[in-house]
Amino acid sequence: MSTSATTSKPRPEFRNIHVTQILQYKLPPPGMVSIMHRASGAALFLALPWLLWLLDLSLTSEISYARLAAYGGHWLVKIALVLLAWAFIHHLVAGIRYLLLDLHVGVDRAAARSSALAVYAVSLPLTLLAALRIFGVF
Amino acid sequence: MAATPNTAGIGSRRIVVGAHHGVGNFLLQRLTAVVLAGYVLLLLARVFFGGPLGYDGWAGLFVPLWMKIATLLALLALFYHAWIGMRDIWMDYIKPTWVRLSLQTLTALWLVYCAVWSVQILWRV
Repeated sequence: MSTSATTSKPRPEFRNIHVTQILQYKLPPPGMVSIMHRASGAALFLALPWLLWLLDLSLTSEISYARLAAYGGHWLVKIALVLLAWAFIHHLVAGIRYLLLDLHVGVDRAAARSSALAVYAVSLPLTLLAALRIFGVF
Repeated sequence: MAATPNTAGIGSRRIVVGAHHGVGNFLLQRLTAVVLAGYVLLLLARVFFGGPLGYDGWAGLFVPLWMKIATLLALLALFYHAWIGMRDIWMDYIKPTWVRLSLQTLTALWLVYCAVWSVQILWRV
Protein backbone atom coordinates (compact mmCIF):
# COMPACT_ATOMS: atom_id res chain seq x y z
CA MET A 1 0.00 0.00 0.00
CA SER A 2 1.24 3.47 -0.75
CA THR A 3 2.46 5.65 2.11
CA SER A 4 1.35 8.86 0.42
CA ALA A 5 -2.22 7.92 1.15
CA THR A 6 -1.88 9.50 4.60
CA THR A 7 -0.88 12.91 3.21
CA SER A 8 -3.36 13.21 0.33
CA LYS A 9 -7.10 13.44 0.59
CA PRO A 10 -8.54 9.93 0.83
CA ARG A 11 -10.01 8.81 -2.47
CA PRO A 12 -13.61 7.71 -2.39
CA GLU A 13 -13.82 3.95 -2.60
CA PHE A 14 -16.55 2.14 -4.47
CA ARG A 15 -17.26 -1.54 -4.39
CA ASN A 16 -20.60 -2.50 -5.88
CA ILE A 17 -22.10 0.72 -7.18
CA HIS A 18 -25.58 1.61 -6.09
CA VAL A 19 -27.85 3.63 -8.39
CA THR A 20 -27.67 6.62 -6.02
CA GLN A 21 -23.86 6.70 -6.31
CA ILE A 22 -23.69 6.80 -10.11
CA LEU A 23 -23.34 10.57 -10.36
CA GLN A 24 -20.49 10.75 -7.81
CA TYR A 25 -18.54 8.03 -9.53
CA LYS A 26 -16.21 9.19 -12.28
CA LEU A 27 -15.71 6.43 -14.83
CA PRO A 28 -12.45 6.34 -16.78
CA PRO A 29 -12.83 6.83 -20.58
CA PRO A 30 -12.97 3.07 -21.39
CA GLY A 31 -15.75 2.72 -18.81
CA MET A 32 -17.67 5.62 -20.37
CA VAL A 33 -17.35 4.08 -23.84
CA SER A 34 -18.56 0.78 -22.39
CA ILE A 35 -21.69 2.06 -20.65
CA MET A 36 -22.53 4.29 -23.62
CA HIS A 37 -22.14 1.28 -25.91
CA ARG A 38 -24.76 -0.48 -23.81
CA ALA A 39 -27.06 2.56 -23.56
CA SER A 40 -26.85 3.27 -27.29
CA GLY A 41 -27.57 -0.37 -28.10
CA ALA A 42 -30.62 -0.37 -25.84
CA ALA A 43 -31.82 2.90 -27.42
CA LEU A 44 -31.49 1.41 -30.90
CA PHE A 45 -33.42 -1.68 -29.79
CA LEU A 46 -36.22 0.50 -28.38
CA ALA A 47 -36.30 2.56 -31.59
CA LEU A 48 -36.58 -0.55 -33.76
CA PRO A 49 -40.36 -0.37 -34.38
CA TRP A 50 -40.10 3.28 -35.36
CA LEU A 51 -37.15 2.67 -37.69
CA LEU A 52 -38.86 -0.31 -39.36
CA TRP A 53 -41.98 1.80 -39.79
CA LEU A 54 -39.87 4.51 -41.47
CA LEU A 55 -38.34 1.89 -43.76
CA ASP A 56 -41.82 0.60 -44.55
CA LEU A 57 -43.03 4.11 -45.45
CA SER A 58 -39.96 4.75 -47.58
CA LEU A 59 -40.43 1.60 -49.67
CA THR A 60 -44.17 0.94 -49.94
CA SER A 61 -45.14 3.50 -52.58
CA GLU A 62 -44.43 6.95 -53.96
CA ILE A 63 -47.30 8.27 -51.85
CA SER A 64 -45.95 6.81 -48.62
CA TYR A 65 -42.47 8.09 -49.59
CA ALA A 66 -43.89 11.61 -49.93
CA ARG A 67 -45.63 11.22 -46.57
CA LEU A 68 -42.32 10.18 -45.03
CA ALA A 69 -40.61 13.24 -46.53
CA ALA A 70 -43.24 15.52 -44.99
CA TYR A 71 -43.07 13.67 -41.65
CA GLY A 72 -39.27 13.87 -41.67
CA GLY A 73 -39.51 17.63 -42.09
CA HIS A 74 -40.72 18.06 -38.52
CA TRP A 75 -38.03 19.31 -36.15
CA LEU A 76 -38.94 16.78 -33.44
CA VAL A 77 -38.44 13.92 -35.91
CA LYS A 78 -35.13 15.46 -36.94
CA ILE A 79 -33.94 15.64 -33.33
CA ALA A 80 -34.96 12.02 -32.77
CA LEU A 81 -33.03 11.05 -35.91
CA VAL A 82 -29.94 12.95 -34.73
CA LEU A 83 -30.06 11.15 -31.36
CA LEU A 84 -30.42 7.79 -33.08
CA ALA A 85 -27.62 8.68 -35.50
CA TRP A 86 -25.44 9.35 -32.47
CA ALA A 87 -26.47 6.06 -30.88
CA PHE A 88 -25.74 4.17 -34.07
CA ILE A 89 -22.39 5.86 -34.78
CA HIS A 90 -21.18 5.46 -31.19
CA HIS A 91 -22.28 1.82 -31.15
CA LEU A 92 -20.52 1.14 -34.46
CA VAL A 93 -17.25 2.91 -33.62
CA ALA A 94 -17.05 1.50 -30.08
CA GLY A 95 -17.96 -1.91 -31.52
CA ILE A 96 -14.99 -1.78 -33.89
CA ARG A 97 -12.81 -0.97 -30.87
CA TYR A 98 -14.19 -4.04 -29.07
CA LEU A 99 -13.47 -6.26 -32.07
CA LEU A 100 -9.87 -5.02 -32.02
CA LEU A 101 -9.65 -5.66 -28.27
CA ASP A 102 -10.94 -9.20 -28.93
CA LEU A 103 -8.02 -9.62 -31.32
CA HIS A 104 -5.72 -8.46 -28.47
CA VAL A 105 -4.99 -5.15 -30.18
CA GLY A 106 -4.39 -2.35 -27.65
CA VAL A 107 -5.27 -4.18 -24.46
CA ASP A 108 -2.76 -2.48 -22.15
CA ARG A 109 -4.11 0.33 -20.03
CA ALA A 110 -2.59 3.30 -21.85
CA ALA A 111 -3.62 2.01 -25.27
CA ALA A 112 -7.13 1.18 -24.07
CA ARG A 113 -7.46 4.69 -22.68
CA SER A 114 -6.33 6.40 -25.86
CA SER A 115 -8.48 4.15 -28.07
CA ALA A 116 -11.47 5.00 -25.85
CA LEU A 117 -10.78 8.69 -26.44
CA ALA A 118 -10.33 7.94 -30.14
CA VAL A 119 -13.86 6.51 -30.22
CA TYR A 120 -15.18 9.97 -29.25
CA ALA A 121 -12.78 11.71 -31.63
CA VAL A 122 -14.32 9.70 -34.48
CA SER A 123 -17.94 9.30 -33.41
CA LEU A 124 -18.69 12.88 -32.35
CA PRO A 125 -17.55 14.56 -35.63
CA LEU A 126 -19.43 11.87 -37.61
CA THR A 127 -22.53 12.59 -35.51
CA LEU A 128 -22.11 16.31 -36.22
CA LEU A 129 -21.93 15.53 -39.95
CA ALA A 130 -25.07 13.39 -39.70
CA ALA A 131 -26.84 16.18 -37.78
CA LEU A 132 -25.92 18.76 -40.43
CA ARG A 133 -27.19 16.40 -43.12
CA ILE A 134 -30.45 15.70 -41.25
CA PHE A 135 -31.07 19.43 -40.77
CA GLY A 136 -30.41 20.01 -44.46
CA VAL A 137 -27.24 22.12 -44.17
CA PHE A 138 -25.76 20.15 -47.07
CA MET B 1 -14.00 -25.93 -15.46
CA ALA B 2 -14.50 -29.16 -13.56
CA ALA B 3 -18.00 -30.54 -13.61
CA THR B 4 -19.64 -30.20 -10.23
CA PRO B 5 -22.23 -32.77 -9.22
CA ASN B 6 -25.59 -31.11 -9.76
CA THR B 7 -27.69 -32.81 -7.14
CA ALA B 8 -30.29 -30.03 -6.97
CA GLY B 9 -30.57 -29.49 -10.70
CA ILE B 10 -33.13 -32.15 -11.49
CA GLY B 11 -36.90 -32.15 -11.52
CA SER B 12 -38.70 -29.26 -9.85
CA ARG B 13 -35.41 -27.98 -8.45
CA ARG B 14 -33.84 -27.71 -11.85
CA ILE B 15 -32.16 -24.34 -12.36
CA VAL B 16 -34.13 -22.75 -15.21
CA VAL B 17 -31.77 -19.85 -15.83
CA GLY B 18 -28.04 -19.61 -16.31
CA ALA B 19 -25.39 -20.21 -18.83
CA HIS B 20 -24.23 -22.61 -21.41
CA HIS B 21 -21.05 -20.59 -20.83
CA GLY B 22 -22.02 -18.27 -23.65
CA VAL B 23 -19.18 -18.96 -26.10
CA GLY B 24 -21.59 -19.51 -28.98
CA ASN B 25 -23.43 -16.26 -28.29
CA PHE B 26 -20.15 -14.43 -27.73
CA LEU B 27 -18.97 -15.49 -31.20
CA LEU B 28 -22.34 -14.83 -32.85
CA GLN B 29 -22.43 -11.34 -31.32
CA ARG B 30 -19.15 -10.58 -33.09
CA LEU B 31 -20.08 -12.34 -36.33
CA THR B 32 -23.39 -10.48 -36.62
CA ALA B 33 -21.58 -7.22 -35.81
CA VAL B 34 -19.19 -7.75 -38.73
CA VAL B 35 -22.09 -8.61 -41.07
CA LEU B 36 -23.92 -5.44 -40.00
CA ALA B 37 -20.88 -3.20 -40.41
CA GLY B 38 -20.31 -4.65 -43.90
CA TYR B 39 -23.93 -4.16 -44.92
CA VAL B 40 -24.03 -0.57 -43.64
CA LEU B 41 -20.90 0.28 -45.62
CA LEU B 42 -22.43 -1.30 -48.74
CA LEU B 43 -25.66 0.64 -48.34
CA LEU B 44 -23.92 3.94 -47.54
CA ALA B 45 -21.69 3.49 -50.59
CA ARG B 46 -24.71 2.94 -52.83
CA VAL B 47 -26.70 5.82 -51.34
CA PHE B 48 -23.90 8.40 -51.27
CA PHE B 49 -22.18 7.60 -54.55
CA GLY B 50 -25.30 6.84 -56.53
CA GLY B 51 -26.44 10.46 -56.86
CA PRO B 52 -29.76 11.81 -55.61
CA LEU B 53 -32.28 9.03 -55.20
CA GLY B 54 -35.93 9.97 -54.85
CA TYR B 55 -38.48 7.18 -54.47
CA ASP B 56 -37.57 5.35 -57.68
CA GLY B 57 -33.84 5.29 -56.95
CA TRP B 58 -34.30 4.30 -53.30
CA ALA B 59 -36.91 1.61 -53.85
CA GLY B 60 -34.99 0.50 -56.95
CA LEU B 61 -32.04 -0.44 -54.74
CA PHE B 62 -34.16 -3.16 -53.15
CA VAL B 63 -35.65 -4.60 -56.33
CA PRO B 64 -32.91 -7.14 -57.22
CA LEU B 65 -33.30 -10.43 -55.40
CA TRP B 66 -29.68 -10.41 -54.17
CA MET B 67 -30.24 -7.02 -52.50
CA LYS B 68 -33.44 -8.25 -50.83
CA ILE B 69 -31.60 -11.29 -49.52
CA ALA B 70 -28.56 -9.25 -48.42
CA THR B 71 -30.84 -6.81 -46.61
CA LEU B 72 -32.83 -9.60 -44.98
CA LEU B 73 -29.62 -11.32 -43.83
CA ALA B 74 -28.39 -8.02 -42.37
CA LEU B 75 -31.72 -7.48 -40.58
CA LEU B 76 -31.72 -11.04 -39.21
CA ALA B 77 -28.14 -10.42 -38.01
CA LEU B 78 -29.40 -7.21 -36.41
CA PHE B 79 -32.26 -8.98 -34.61
CA TYR B 80 -30.02 -11.74 -33.31
CA HIS B 81 -27.41 -9.16 -32.26
CA ALA B 82 -30.15 -7.23 -30.45
CA TRP B 83 -31.36 -10.44 -28.80
CA ILE B 84 -27.94 -11.23 -27.32
CA GLY B 85 -27.41 -7.63 -26.22
CA MET B 86 -30.83 -7.21 -24.62
CA ARG B 87 -30.56 -10.61 -22.94
CA ASP B 88 -27.24 -9.48 -21.42
CA ILE B 89 -28.90 -6.30 -20.16
CA TRP B 90 -31.86 -8.16 -18.63
CA MET B 91 -29.50 -10.71 -17.02
CA ASP B 92 -27.33 -7.95 -15.53
CA TYR B 93 -30.01 -5.72 -14.05
CA ILE B 94 -33.23 -7.69 -13.51
CA LYS B 95 -32.89 -9.93 -10.48
CA PRO B 96 -36.31 -11.60 -9.97
CA THR B 97 -36.28 -14.66 -12.22
CA TRP B 98 -39.89 -14.45 -13.37
CA VAL B 99 -39.55 -10.77 -14.36
CA ARG B 100 -36.31 -11.47 -16.21
CA LEU B 101 -37.71 -14.49 -18.05
CA SER B 102 -40.84 -12.52 -18.97
CA LEU B 103 -38.76 -9.66 -20.39
CA GLN B 104 -36.56 -12.10 -22.29
CA THR B 105 -39.61 -13.85 -23.71
CA LEU B 106 -41.20 -10.57 -24.80
CA THR B 107 -37.90 -9.48 -26.36
CA ALA B 108 -37.59 -12.71 -28.32
CA LEU B 109 -41.22 -12.61 -29.51
CA TRP B 110 -40.87 -8.97 -30.49
CA LEU B 111 -37.71 -9.64 -32.51
CA VAL B 112 -39.36 -12.54 -34.36
CA TYR B 113 -42.28 -10.20 -35.08
CA CYS B 114 -39.79 -7.67 -36.50
CA ALA B 115 -38.17 -10.37 -38.65
CA VAL B 116 -41.48 -11.33 -40.24
CA TRP B 117 -42.37 -7.67 -40.71
CA SER B 118 -39.01 -7.12 -42.45
CA VAL B 119 -39.78 -9.86 -44.95
CA GLN B 120 -43.08 -8.21 -45.75
CA ILE B 121 -41.51 -4.76 -46.16
CA LEU B 122 -38.77 -6.04 -48.45
CA TRP B 123 -40.88 -8.33 -50.63
CA ARG B 124 -43.48 -5.66 -51.30
CA VAL B 125 -40.96 -3.64 -53.29
